[in-house]
Amino acid sequence: MEVVRNGAAALSIEFLTQTPGAIGSGEGGIGPAIQGTLIVIGISSIIGVPIGVMSGIFLAEFGESRITKLVRFFNDVFMEFPSIVLGIFAFLVIVLLLGHFSIWAGAFALSLIMFPIVARTTEESLKLVPITYREAGTALGLKRWVITFRIVISAAKSGLVTGILLSVARIGGETAPLIMTILGSSQFFAGFNSPMDALPLRIWRLSLLPYDSAQLQGWGAALVLILIILVINIAVRYFVLGKSSNLIGSIIKQRNLKRV
Amino acid sequence: MSHLPAKQQKGIRRFDSDKLFKIGATIAGVYVLVIIALIVFQLFFESYPIWIEEGFGFVTGTDWNPVEGRESFGVFPYILGTLITSALAMAIGVPLSIGIAMFVSDAPPKIGNPLGFLVELLAAVPSVIYGLWGLYVFRVYFRDYIEKPIHDTFGDSIWLFSDTPLGLDILTASVVLAIMIIPTVSAVSREVLMAVPQQQREAAYMLGATKWEMFKLAMFPYAKTGLIGAAILGLGRAVGETIAVTMLIGNATGINAIPESLFGPGQTMSSIIANEFVEASPASLHLPALIGVGLVLLSMAVCINIVAHVLVTRMLHVREGAINS
Repeated sequence: MEVVRNGAAALSIEFLTQTPGAIGSGEGGIGPAIQGTLIVIGISSIIGVPIGVMSGIFLAEFGESRITKLVRFFNDVFMEFPSIVLGIFAFLVIVLLLGHFSIWAGAFALSLIMFPIVARTTEESLKLVPITYREAGTALGLKRWVITFRIVISAAKSGLVTGILLSVARIGGETAPLIMTILGSSQFFAGFNSPMDALPLRIWRLSLLPYDSAQLQGWGAALVLILIILVINIAVRYFVLGKSSNLIGSIIKQRNLKRV
Repeated sequence: MSHLPAKQQKGIRRFDSDKLFKIGATIAGVYVLVIIALIVFQLFFESYPIWIEEGFGFVTGTDWNPVEGRESFGVFPYILGTLITSALAMAIGVPLSIGIAMFVSDAPPKIGNPLGFLVELLAAVPSVIYGLWGLYVFRVYFRDYIEKPIHDTFGDSIWLFSDTPLGLDILTASVVLAIMIIPTVSAVSREVLMAVPQQQREAAYMLGATKWEMFKLAMFPYAKTGLIGAAILGLGRAVGETIAVTMLIGNATGINAIPESLFGPGQTMSSIIANEFVEASPASLHLPALIGVGLVLLSMAVCINIVAHVLVTRMLHVREGAINS
């Protein structure tokens, strides 16, 4: 693809590790952007994954009630919220409150994108675990949370990991909410309360510059970002390998079996 | 005897930890409701000044001027821009992706599976990379080989093609948007088509149907719900999509953003936010105005989604009832 051809020319050790040079000079690299992407993804996973998994458990394990129906419905609606609106929300709640752009705000915005995805995939994969597993756990006199965490979740592990990795791949490429939260910077990590760079953000900023060298760097950054996301996607394939070709497909098949 | 107290104690402890577990899970589940309520409240609260200032004219106005002293904000051109680009993207993208889904679901697995995987991989490409590709590569070819000939031939007679094509215009943005929604829509459509029971196809073939007739008579009625759901999912994506559109649409503001033709620059709600948010000063009306745009965008996206959900669940209900009876 075009990205690989144009991006390969930009790659070098300096490009991957240096801070950006003066605008238009064509020097420097995207080191801070790579670092920033990894940090922000890490923090938003720490916030988003537990909430998502617990919310999935809530939807799958405690029976149907009016609240679960409501939560599931709004979870689905929330998944399709425009990401820029979540960026505005994080800006209002965290940036205005603390008075400066920060990594926290960016990570919070991305965790909002992340947790509904994790919640739904967790729910779907927990529902695939046969009820007999839970009954066996109950028969052993185990507590409910032990059954859930030790038996049900370990049986549904591959589905869970798939959901988490998919959501990581999704937020790795998000740009819009980062514009108004972490703002972008050309320095390396300087504390969680200061602005930070991220790959998608750097690509966007580079694309606004009228220099050929900026264009080249943009392609290089794009290649790095695509590689990161590709690796995550291959990891997803690896985890679901041998189970079923994909999670959604297997769920639909399961439902059809029931209907027949 | 320590028998009874021990048992009681154990009973109490089990009750406790499980209750804690349930409370934790419930909190995590309800978190989404709280966040949604907070978002709506915050957006409304922070954009309140602009609703006071402009009233309903905020939605219908066409002026956009953040300069101190001559402030005037109307989002109508951006709403129009969002609607036009999304509609065009749907018109181009949905038939294509259903076609892809039909092909993939019907092709032998040796061809179908890698192709399906490739399409799914396209879905994982970040939107900023679509934007970059659109800006530096696609725009140039599209302008020279498609827009220019159309403009030269029809430019004088049909107003849709009247502006001189620059490449940074509504049509380019829509086409790239269409490319972006194809993976989503076709992946979901493929799952839906795969879920149609094999007997359905076999019955159609048995009656002497051609391949097209099989799709038309046996597959589509069965999969209609899911296909509509897939299309609406794509629409939701298209409405909220920001970065790629911002890079391609030309970013006109105010009255200029009302598109005069497909080759004119425009602006969508999400792109105006992305362009101006960081520069907007919280003290002026500019920031509340942009937050107000966010509120309008949010309500549009949520309406689309809720309609989709209600539609799909109702149709599913009917279908299941029909099968049961």
